[in-house]
Amino acid sequence: MPESFMAQWVYTDTVKDHFINPRNLWKDGEDFVPDGVGEVGSLACGDQMRVGIKVEDGKISDLRWLTYGCASAIASTSMMSEMAIGMTLEEAYHLTPSAITDALGGLPEHKFHCSVLGDKALRAAIDDYLEKNGMENPYKGTIAKIICECKGVTDQMIDELVKSGKVSNFEELQKETGCATACGKCRDRILEELNECLHIYGK
Amino acid sequence: MDRRYVYLDNNGTTRIADEVMEFMHSYDELYGNASSMHTLGRQAAAGIEWARGEVAALIDADSSEIYFTSGASESNNMVLNIFRDMIDDGKGKKKIIVSSVEHPATIETVKYLKKRGYSVEFCPVDRIGRVDLAALEKLVDDDTALVSVMVGNNESGTIQPVKECAKIAHSHGAFFHTDATQAIGKIPVSVKDMDADYLSLSAHKFYGPKGIGVLYARSGSPLSPFVHGGHQEKGMRAGTYNNQAIYGLGKAAELARLNLEEEHRKLWEMREALRKGIEERIPDIIVNGSNDESLCLPGTLNVSFPSAEGESILLYLDLEGIEVSTGSACATGSLEPSYVLLAAGLDVELAHGSIRFSFGRYNTMDDVDYVLEKLPPIIERVRAMSTRKV
Repeated sequence: MPESFMAQWVYTDTVKDHFINPRNLWKDGEDFVPDGVGEVGSLACGDQMRVGIKVEDGKISDLRWLTYGCASAIASTSMMSEMAIGMTLEEAYHLTPSAITDALGGLPEHKFHCSVLGDKALRAAIDDYLEKNGMENPYKGTIAKIICECKGVTDQMIDELVKSGKVSNFEELQKETGCATACGKCRDRILEELNECLHIYGK
Repeated sequence: MDRRYVYLDNNGTTRIADEVMEFMHSYDELYGNASSMHTLGRQAAAGIEWARGEVAALIDADSSEIYFTSGASESNNMVLNIFRDMIDDGKGKKKIIVSSVEHPATIETVKYLKKRGYSVEFCPVDRIGRVDLAALEKLVDDDTALVSVMVGNNESGTIQPVKECAKIAHSHGAFFHTDATQAIGKIPVSVKDMDADYLSLSAHKFYGPKGIGVLYARSGSPLSPFVHGGHQEKGMRAGTYNNQAIYGLGKAAELARLNLEEEHRKLWEMREALRKGIEERIPDIIVNGSNDESLCLPGTLNVSFPSAEGESILLYLDLEGIEVSTGSACATGSLEPSYVLLAAGLDVELAHGSIRFSFGRYNTMDDVDYVLEKLPPIIERVRAMSTRKV
């Protein structure tokens, strides 16, 4: 058989390694009392993620996670856990899905959203930690990216609107924010972000 | 047990049987264009006519009713195209009805037609995925041109009441098509017994080569070409004959006919051994479809593992040398899990966590034992990782 016929594994070796040996998994009965917990995704969508963090001196000192999800979700959350431990809250809050997928050596395009869940759950855990301790949340909103320039609509705004259930389709989003009503150039990117959020929050 | 290679995706495709491979190669010299008048062409054509006879014998049809295609996908498209042509010509009836669990080759084609303005209805199924005959009765009316219901489902293994469906269609003067791709070689399939006007099949699902299949069209049923061009297949399907593939299909048809009872018995034995073994060893599982031998294709076992996601299970099994398929969205590239299981009322989470084991003639009871050794710790592991606990 020509060498080019030899099957590669469906994902990279790094993904495979993390899939076979997931790091920092939240084991049953383990003595891990988290300072903050975040959960995103829904079973209806086929992936759900829970992240627990311990915080010491403004840094993530330990992290555990669970996922109902595919190999990419398992591997990217495992990788995220390795990257996040030791980071300051600010650094962790700004950990991006592409940083995680890069560290994994890449994921197929349709699997990218699996890695989005890991960092979203991590941010939710940080939010939870700050809220529980009555601390100000200086990070919320700092990672927003403007998608609709005409109306100043950010990905963060869309995320919040979908999460809270205020918006469940494009028309509602337009009514709420006015996005894509002026030049309309952002329409596709708005739709992409909206669908991603609807999927993540199982709406 | 020592590491094994266990292929349990025979509903996906089968290994070409040794007898079929050998048979095809024994005619390697028969490369003539079967439409040519010279000796080599006539010899090639004789082999094709032999194969046509074998397929006819397999499904209880006449040789003149067999049309070679590239496979069941094309056959399904061809049938739907015949009715599209008639609807376009304004000749009579306009409605097309298919079951909601048909193969994508049918479902996606009628969705395409629907998008272009054709009248299409989907008939619902019950909890085991069997067509709801009362619902079908209501859907079929005097404006119905075609009803299409498969013999056995590729995912759940559920066997459809095709005879009753054909009766309902015919009582309103509609034609009846059945996709028998998954059933051939596993349960008896007779176009006369079912009273089918059209039937599709693919060689590669019963140990024949890929890329070759058949459309059966009852003598007198409407016909028009889907692939236009040369005059092959009485002008109904253009393209130079794929001699070796057709000979392989003929041989596979012969084997399927001769081995039917033995194959059924063996597949059902392995399927049941695996089902019972899983039920004994793994808590909280759901078997999808039916465990009634008369309602399930013998080699198909579809199981949902609550709180475990299907793609992860599939890939952990793959690392152990066991090859299966899943209804999880993650494995398909879409965000939707198996529409077949959802149509039968299965919860979305359970559809994501479904695994299909499909047996073939090259599997043995040792394969079943190996799966029963490897599967329970994998499920335990995936469940331990899960946000959701059973």
